[in-house]
Amino acid sequence: MAPFTRRRLAVTGMDELGAYRVLRVADPDAPEPDPGQFAMLAAAERWGGGDEERPYLPRAFSIARRVGAESHFLLEDVGPGSRRLCELQAGERVWLLGPLGRGFRLPPARRRSLLVGGGAGIAPLAILQDGLAGEVVVLLGFRDAARAQGAGLLDGARVATDDGSAGHHGPVTDLLAAELERDPLALVYACGPAPMLEAVRAMCAERSVPAQLALEAPMACGFGGCFGCTVARRGGGYLRVCVDGPVIDAEQLEHVDPHAGAPA
Amino acid sequence: MSVRFCGLELAHRVINGSGTFDVIAARKAFGRALDAEFPFAAYVSKTITLKPRPGNPPPRLWETPAGLINSIGLPNAGLEAYMRSDLPQLTGLTTPAPAADRADGRSPPRDRAERFPVPLITNVMGSTAEEFARLVEACETRAEIAAIELNVSCPNVRTGLDIGADPGQLERVVAQLRPRTRKPLIVKLTPNTADVASCAAAAQAGGADAVSLINTLRAMALVRSAAGAPASAWLGGGTGGLSGPAVRAVALAQVATVAARVSVPVVGMGGVESTAHARDMIDAGATLVAVGTASFRDPAAAARIADGLARGRRGAAAAGAAAQPPRAVGVAGERAGEDAK
Repeated sequence: MAPFTRRRLAVTGMDELGAYRVLRVADPDAPEPDPGQFAMLAAAERWGGGDEERPYLPRAFSIARRVGAESHFLLEDVGPGSRRLCELQAGERVWLLGPLGRGFRLPPARRRSLLVGGGAGIAPLAILQDGLAGEVVVLLGFRDAARAQGAGLLDGARVATDDGSAGHHGPVTDLLAAELERDPLALVYACGPAPMLEAVRAMCAERSVPAQLALEAPMACGFGGCFGCTVARRGGGYLRVCVDGPVIDAEQLEHVDPHAGAPA
Repeated sequence: MSVRFCGLELAHRVINGSGTFDVIAARKAFGRALDAEFPFAAYVSKTITLKPRPGNPPPRLWETPAGLINSIGLPNAGLEAYMRSDLPQLTGLTTPAPAADRADGRSPPRDRAERFPVPLITNVMGSTAEEFARLVEACETRAEIAAIELNVSCPNVRTGLDIGADPGQLERVVAQLRPRTRKPLIVKLTPNTADVASCAAAAQAGGADAVSLINTLRAMALVRSAAGAPASAWLGGGTGGLSGPAVRAVALAQVATVAARVSVPVVGMGGVESTAHARDMIDAGATLVAVGTASFRDPAAAARIADGLARGRRGAAAAGAAAQPPRAVGVAGERAGEDAK
């Protein structure tokens, strides 16, 4: 459970990882997060001074790793909020609320886990890999070689790029299809952009492979208050990504909403 | 220290705006800490309608300069499910008394402070007077509900006009509901009208015990898929409502105008993020201040503001000034229905 207020925390480092940044924050009092949980982040200073006088709302980020008293987050500059966070230096402060949401459910023993990630969506797969004991296959897709350096966040990743500048030339779902051919009893854990998640969902549904998808959606609060982060549920109605997810069983979805993951 | 509002005793002056804080969902995130540190002096439910509503298709949010447009569409499971499932989970909330000097360790920490019951205010919306009547009558039968807030920012299905935007229609609807309940009736006014003070006066004439404002300002966001392409509406619902600091100055003006016009107490809201903003609302004539969008940024924002108001009161008393901040705008003297002890 998250403490009932946001915490003002010190940035301990900002590491380059190809086209991404890894934000490290000292959070000694944080409850131990489940893999797949997230936090709402905002810079403590100059939050609101970017393009069009944004950002105003905090931004949701998966917890990429917990190392001692530090929480790590994978950032990519895609909008005024993520840009401001990317500028942070050690010693500056952030507001953090979390950990929030429902994380991944770990697999039963002796089932292979296929971790499928795309872009900055690889983040929750890192902390998931840290907690998995059995055989784990990591398949990560990126736009290009600079972004593919993000694969260093996980161990033993196989990489695909859209432009062929690193690893397999094509979508990461090509690699997933081959793995599912080999072992149809594997379990799939995926996080990434909506089109990738939709492809993973469709591929797993076709083969009756259980998949857990960590969804992204624009959200204002992260704890069920704003009703903004909804995705359509199979059979009608909506799920709130923040409290019903962000990790949602693929079979609960008809499709992954293309609006998920709007630039922030 | 406590505040009286429509016959209810409240721990302090800060409550939530309807539809901005879901206690049942927040318990999943914060567990028992939510109940221990509950920030609001009264809890206003999201809008309940007669029949279940799924809400609007996504996308539902758009960030603006210092604000947020939402197009949520009042999702709720309907009256019957609210009464059966939600109400038991919203009953028995308590909140710690605000503390002027908790940070200095002179007041007991939140978990040992004196606690006050948190009255439940159920917000309802009907698209006809008959629907409103059924909702109000259902609330009247439940002792757990302390007061009823009417969301009149909804189009009349026959005229297409917002019920709350037309004083004549608003007065008729409130007057039809008044005899159906002994519980306090609070009318949540819409700011999307030419003359909010006349709407407030109409609500009072119809028998409202209080008015609350402002609801969100109608707003829209356009996006272009490519430069030069025609713009299209981003929100799934087409238009939405603007909230946050962007509306604060508008809210303050509307609260001041309404407080000067009516004698019933006013719940002021719109962009309140700090103690100073809350004090402005009170100076403009509000008895209670509601926090909405600020809770999205920090769920404990309302508690911080309530503590700050208590600190201000203490500071003013220590300085030999009146314990109440001076009312620079609107009204002279205490508002009806308010009795700060």
